[in-house]
Amino acid sequence: MSHVISEQRMANQIAANQRHLPEADAVAAVAGHIDRFWNSFLRSRLYALVDAGAAGLDPVVVKAVERIRT
Amino acid sequence: MSLLKEPDYGTPPKPGPAVVDVEIDGLPVTVAEGTSVMRAAALAGVDIPKLCATDRLDAFGSCRLCVVEIDGRRGTPASCTTPVAPGMSVRTQTPKVAKLRQGVMELYISDHPLDCLTCSANGDCELQDMAGAVGLRQVRYGYQGQNHLDATADRSNPYFDFEPSKCIACSRCVRACGEIQGTFALTIEGRGFDSKVSAGAGESFMDSECVSCGACVQACPTATLQEKTVLQLGMPTRSVVTTCAYCGVGCSFKAELRGTELVRMVPHKDGGANEGHSCVKGRFAFGYATHPDRRLKPMVRERITDEWREVSWEEAIGTVARRMREIQAAHGPDAIGAISSSRCTNEEVFVVQKMVRAAFGNNNVDTCARVCHSPTGYGLKQTFGESAGTQDFRSVAAADVIVVIGANPTDGHPVFASRMKKRLREGARLIVIDPRRIDLVRSPHIEAAHHLQLRPGTNVAVVNALAHVAVTEGLVDKGFVADRCEGFAEWAAFIARPEHSPEAVEGITGVPADELRAAARLYAGAPNGAIYYGLGVTEHSQGSTMVMGMANLAMACGNLGRDGVGVNPLRGQNNVQGSCDMGSFPHELPGYRHVSDDAVRTVFEKLWDRPILADPGLRIPNMFDAAVAGSFRGLFVHGEDIAQSDPNLQHVTAALTAMDLVVVQDLFLNETAKFAHVFLPGASFLEKDGTFTNAERRINRVRAVMKPKSGKHEWQIVCEIATAMGYPMSYTHPSEIMDEIASVTPTFTGVSFELLDKLGSVQWPCNPQAPEGTPVMHVDEFTRGKGKFVVTAYVPTDERSTRKFPLILTTGRILSQYNVGAQTRRTENVAWHREDILELHPHDAEVRGITDGDTVRLASRVGQTTLRAHISDRMPTGVVYTTFHHPVTGANVVTTENSDWATNCPEYKVTAVQVGLAI
Repeated sequence: MSHVISEQRMANQIAANQRHLPEADAVAAVAGHIDRFWNSFLRSRLYALVDAGAAGLDPVVVKAVERIRT
Repeated sequence: MSLLKEPDYGTPPKPGPAVVDVEIDGLPVTVAEGTSVMRAAALAGVDIPKLCATDRLDAFGSCRLCVVEIDGRRGTPASCTTPVAPGMSVRTQTPKVAKLRQGVMELYISDHPLDCLTCSANGDCELQDMAGAVGLRQVRYGYQGQNHLDATADRSNPYFDFEPSKCIACSRCVRACGEIQGTFALTIEGRGFDSKVSAGAGESFMDSECVSCGACVQACPTATLQEKTVLQLGMPTRSVVTTCAYCGVGCSFKAELRGTELVRMVPHKDGGANEGHSCVKGRFAFGYATHPDRRLKPMVRERITDEWREVSWEEAIGTVARRMREIQAAHGPDAIGAISSSRCTNEEVFVVQKMVRAAFGNNNVDTCARVCHSPTGYGLKQTFGESAGTQDFRSVAAADVIVVIGANPTDGHPVFASRMKKRLREGARLIVIDPRRIDLVRSPHIEAAHHLQLRPGTNVAVVNALAHVAVTEGLVDKGFVADRCEGFAEWAAFIARPEHSPEAVEGITGVPADELRAAARLYAGAPNGAIYYGLGVTEHSQGSTMVMGMANLAMACGNLGRDGVGVNPLRGQNNVQGSCDMGSFPHELPGYRHVSDDAVRTVFEKLWDRPILADPGLRIPNMFDAAVAGSFRGLFVHGEDIAQSDPNLQHVTAALTAMDLVVVQDLFLNETAKFAHVFLPGASFLEKDGTFTNAERRINRVRAVMKPKSGKHEWQIVCEIATAMGYPMSYTHPSEIMDEIASVTPTFTGVSFELLDKLGSVQWPCNPQAPEGTPVMHVDEFTRGKGKFVVTAYVPTDERSTRKFPLILTTGRILSQYNVGAQTRRTENVAWHREDILELHPHDAEVRGITDGDTVRLASRVGQTTLRAHISDRMPTGVVYTTFHHPVTGANVVTTENSDWATNCPEYKVTAVQVGLAI
């Protein structure tokens, strides 16, 4: 199991647990969670996944990453 | 301290104010209504002779030694069974009662060995004491008549002997087994002269239902039930009051010594958590502390393939400091970190996280709570505002309905289970939510009203359905919700949706809808409904969601803020609560305050004179990922065996192997030490001085029974590493560490060793608002102000059974063993559990051609192992169960990388597996 997939799996899982929310709220919740609980190592690897095309990432995660970065 | 013997008032206290005035031998005393004459006398300072009475058991009235005379009443009533009455005047010593007592004692002694001088209980025998107390000078009946002196001893139990020739048939052991422990393994067999104590149906203690809790041994007034260590070493002469190092109940014990040798551990009657009770682990399984496997000298090696080399402390500490700094110089400040342990004291854990934050200069500290109760911390913080259980253990005595979710208290938290069982025998109703039919579902005098045997991984669907019933059937406590909570309307609208109804989720959970509805009505309609839960809640992909789901349910039903209610995690290890409190999580400083909070960081930065990073550190699984990726290269592992306890062991070992420096501080060369470059010998709990905080937030003193066998305290070693790394850390006593904790942690402001020594223990928050602690939290308002309803959508786990792996494995703990077994496997407890066993349903066994006792192969998508099978209908079809106590089995070889979405707590409870006969 590669580590890249770890971040993808974890981030998608966070998004799945916010799916009951309207998308804007879900994006905010995912961004808030990642920002608050994830270490910079994990965040940077997640950003790298997004930068590489976001394959396999939940769209909410992608938007959440954009939100964290701005 | 000399041998501590708590006073015995003969019968239990009665609740209520002292309102009844009586006179005992002319001494006035005022007691609560219903108090026995015996207890009133004891409170007045008058000890009435007794044998069958003890204040931990209900009065029995069989020995007739406690007879008294009462003015205005006829006869000589037994003082233990006679309640006081207003104005009563009692005479405890008259010629008439003296003669009666002597007669009783003559009969006892005529059938008792006269071997006092060589008896193991000499000096600690109530029969001997009473013979003296009643002035027995002769036995007129002689010793030649029919007697029991040739009765055969039962030495089958590894920890205590049963010597029936010394039994006086007082029934204290039988009553202790029933009333205190709740197992009812013992009985009095026969009638009259033939009466004798029997374990089960004439079986040996070892073959009976006896769980070796020691309650019978403690209750025995003679040497009939005696610890083997007392038989071997003699009666102890001094006591040290300390705290058990096993589960999160945190029982207080008197370590009883003879010279410097520990003879026995006796549960302390004044212990707030256990009130004089114990289990087989705390009571008897302490031999690991002096086991020859202990490593007492520091060791170093260059590569993990090299032999260990014993070195001085200076060299070991210097090596750790130097190599950690070298790693940081080469790979950056974040390339190192530490894992602290829930088996260590608060003071030890505090200095570890301080070392990481101040000396390492990062937040890369995590604790083994990551793999057990991190979702509790997250979920309860979100909903109630505090990462802790809401009640004290005593609270269960006021519960009317008890819900046990994903916990097996009789095995995992046996002393609390005894409290719970007592309340259930008194009539409280029980709901068990567990895939496995745990003992509590049906045990002596207890039967669950509902056992919701859900499919693993569907907790949230079940708790949502329970809440759905409460909301849609008008069972919500509207006043509580309106006054105390927020977010209800949104949550209620969510939970009332048809897809959350019991009928809608039955196909997902496997729980019959009518059964679930009935359970929901029972809990929601109870005057006091209490939820107790364990790792069957937290160790899931939605562990945190489930914790919040239970909090929602409790708030909706108004079951918070008083005795008998609450949401209560049963913590796995002795100091899980404390290790979390002490800032062991990578995102939180002590007191659960986020590292991004500037004001909080400033407090620590001023005190520690170092900048604290605002960025959270790595969690344990992140450390492993980063190690495999090559960016995390140095790890200090304090008292944890991550190479056995953590999931997906292939990944763990790959990570450990990839690191440049692994430092293990432990009692033994555990599995993780196989990957270590430096081994630092640890201290057992008998050598520690500090505090543990149990599952009810009770801070208990741990007092050293002996000096550290390695020559150093663990907190001292950590401080020396930090100092060698250029950050001086120095304390002369662990009380100074607690003083520092109190100075920076609002919930600990009032805590000090002095206070703990004065009060015995204290439950945090302990501060100026609650100077003697807080047994029940959120009484008038929640810690966060309003309790917050959080929407808890059910998201199925990614781990599904497939054609290749059609069964679901769930793991757990059994009574006699503890976690990875490092301690209990080095005690006589192996007599009960020599190996991990796979439990599976008869149907699942039959279709695979497996019979009981077969060696089977257990495989998941990440690994496989072999173990023996036990066929049991405790399991539903499709679900198998095993423990993880033995490294040879390596149950975590098959568990996966799946984890809780919010905390990364591993999903130990759901692994798709296949089972087949081992070839």
